[in-house]
Amino acid sequence: MLKPVLRDPAALPRLALTLLALLLLWPGLRLSELNLAVLVERDNAANMGHFVAGFWPLAHDREFLQLLGRSILETLAIATAGMALALLLALPAALLASRALSLSAMHHGGRPAWWAQAGRWPVRGLLIVLRSVPEIVWALLFVRAVGLGPTAGVLAIAITYGGMLGKVYAEIFESVDPRPSRALLMAGSPRLAAFAYGVLPNAAAEMLSYTVYRWECAIRASVVMGFVGAGGLGQQIDLSLRLFAGGEVASMLLCFLALVLLADQLSRLLRARLL
Amino acid sequence: MSVSLSGVGLTHANGQVALSGIDLQVKTGERVAIIGPSGAGKTSLLRLLASNLRPSTGRISLLEQQPWQLGARQRQQLRARIGLTHQAPPLPPRQRVVTAVLAGKLGQWSLAKSLLNLLHPLDLPGAQAALARLDLADKLFERCDQLSGGQLQRVGIARVLYQAPELILADEPVSAMDPVLAGHTLSVLNEEVSRRGMTLLASLHAVELALAHFPRIIGVREGRVLFDLPPAAISREQLEALYANEQLQALPAAPLTAQHSLQIPRC
Amino acid sequence: MSGRLGNYALLLALLAAVLASFVYLGIDLGALLGGDSLSQMGQYAGGFLQPDFSPKHLHAILQGALETLAMSAIGTLLAAVLGLALALPAAGRLGWLALTGARLLLNALRAIPELVWAALVVLAAGLGPNAGTLALALHTSGVLGRLFAEALENAPKEPAEALRLGGSGQLAAFCYGTLPCVWPQLIAYALYRWENNIRMASVLGFVGAGGLGQMLHVSLSLFQEARAATVMLAMLLLVLAVDALSAWTRQRWVSA
Repeated sequence: MLKPVLRDPAALPRLALTLLALLLLWPGLRLSELNLAVLVERDNAANMGHFVAGFWPLAHDREFLQLLGRSILETLAIATAGMALALLLALPAALLASRALSLSAMHHGGRPAWWAQAGRWPVRGLLIVLRSVPEIVWALLFVRAVGLGPTAGVLAIAITYGGMLGKVYAEIFESVDPRPSRALLMAGSPRLAAFAYGVLPNAAAEMLSYTVYRWECAIRASVVMGFVGAGGLGQQIDLSLRLFAGGEVASMLLCFLALVLLADQLSRLLRARLL
Repeated sequence: MSVSLSGVGLTHANGQVALSGIDLQVKTGERVAIIGPSGAGKTSLLRLLASNLRPSTGRISLLEQQPWQLGARQRQQLRARIGLTHQAPPLPPRQRVVTAVLAGKLGQWSLAKSLLNLLHPLDLPGAQAALARLDLADKLFERCDQLSGGQLQRVGIARVLYQAPELILADEPVSAMDPVLAGHTLSVLNEEVSRRGMTLLASLHAVELALAHFPRIIGVREGRVLFDLPPAAISREQLEALYANEQLQALPAAPLTAQHSLQIPRC
Repeated sequence: MSGRLGNYALLLALLAAVLASFVYLGIDLGALLGGDSLSQMGQYAGGFLQPDFSPKHLHAILQGALETLAMSAIGTLLAAVLGLALALPAAGRLGWLALTGARLLLNALRAIPELVWAALVVLAAGLGPNAGTLALALHTSGVLGRLFAEALENAPKEPAEALRLGGSGQLAAFCYGTLPCVWPQLIAYALYRWENNIRMASVLGFVGAGGLGQMLHVSLSLFQEARAATVMLAMLLLVLAVDALSAWTRQRWVSA
């Protein structure tokens, strides 16, 4: 008896996928104008070399160091103040958007009724929009609206990170064990109390962990926003870059790296301590 | 001489003595079963023979070569001629059975061929033939996480058969199968080994299966060889001595003072 | 008991830090949200409420959107390849010296934000989307390399070891034994970074790296709020589309 010819069922899909990838790769490479060679081209390499050579000696005169210190404090302040405002925005939004406190869900086996879902949609939509526009765009807008300086940075962080925190908090509320809060809601307790006694104890650890992680990100974002005029270390780096003051840029980059490292350590400490 | 151990001992890093004073000679084409109580050192012995572990004392010779005197590359070439199956085959859950079986020949294929095989299986008939011997031909394109424990063990055996080594070391190859299937699989394995002139050493915890299928039985207890005999020459007293466990009380009414936990050697 | 006190002290310190931040920055929330300033912001915001939908502008936006999409996708792809290449030594597969060197390199790549990379690359290689792609690739390779290395460290070693015992070479054992175990995680990380990079690609345009970001910067600088509004809408749509595509891909191909 002749055996039928063996065919790998995965062969056709794999071939199709490979063709699709190649089909998308070609225009992708053309549009992005990818050219790794520019990094090693003679003139460009010389430019980069000169620029990097300007990094040494690091600027360390008294006046500059004082400026550096003030910029770092400003960046930290922008991140912290921005996160505080973000929390003010995120907590109510998360409470409104989360399905964990839905009264209709209790009678529908865990999923809210269609009108309850629809009612939550505006808040969820708002959170998505706030999250999706990069903070630097907000920073640019606020710089135009309230002028150069740290205020723009604080507001930008407050808005974007408020959106991020709101979404994640809502998800955390939905992911903890729903039974304590459901029991409280069924017994007639107001939603806020049900939240405080039923959801918050279990969710607090995760919320805190994520918030501290986001604070760390906010520090980096503050520096980045400085490039469009929102104050802090980033604005100084931008100024020094324009003046081709390599030594100053190098000092500031080093400080930035140290700052990021410190923030990382602090965040680990806080998370270990408070959890 | 396929395998030759003289005065071999193995001590783990934590000081525990796994094997001591092992003298073993296995000729090419022989089929040997290794039996013994849990924790006796059967898995350690097989891993030693696979050149996975290095003996602390004594000399070891595999396929006429001393594996630990060789350079790394030559040791890899030697390992391609030895096949080891595990009690719990370490197969990636999302990998397809066909790829898992074809991986047996990785030691013999060039790198380019190996990588190409990942994209598209190059030897479907070969893999199918190996699986067909184990009655698993219909599982050719299934994922490993969709198979039962016994089926995975058979895939492991199919892989080693596809590898076609000169020496097969099987660590509890049928432990997850029901008695009928286990007996049948051992028959198939022994048949393939005899037909192709390979040497087989298998460790088994089911004594009846060992006595029924293998012409030479080695009893191992507490890291030492207790006996090395054909099945007909083994007495009941020797088997009882092999499996005697002083920590278990004979009377079922009396409470067990020390429960001897079942050790399933993990590879 | 001291643990409790310690925690309260910490919380108090945090609150103090927050208050200190506001004071240091001298943000007068009252002045910010009061009368004149609010109406000024309102006027500025009003300019955005009538986006420019003219065909010429829409065409330019389409071009910019495709450029941004390409930048983010190619940049992420390049980063995944480079990241995997660095993850192997960083996970300890090639010895201790390689591990330290790779980890150092990955940390350096990752610590420098994409915008700074973009500024540096623009300096070296000139304006345009190439700079943006390279900047994204450099930063993301640090991130992905670290994530990949962690995934590799947590992957079971037995499958690859068993293959090595059968005589296989290192690379083949890795591809057959370890890679199938971590493949879903690697793809998930890469897709997640693509979602991030599509947002970043817009931003990099601010330093001249092309795409929608450059259009936004130009229109905002020229006070053409209507055009800026359309660009922002396009950015939003692009981000939502990539998020949806990434989620679908993860569900379809990566569900473990």
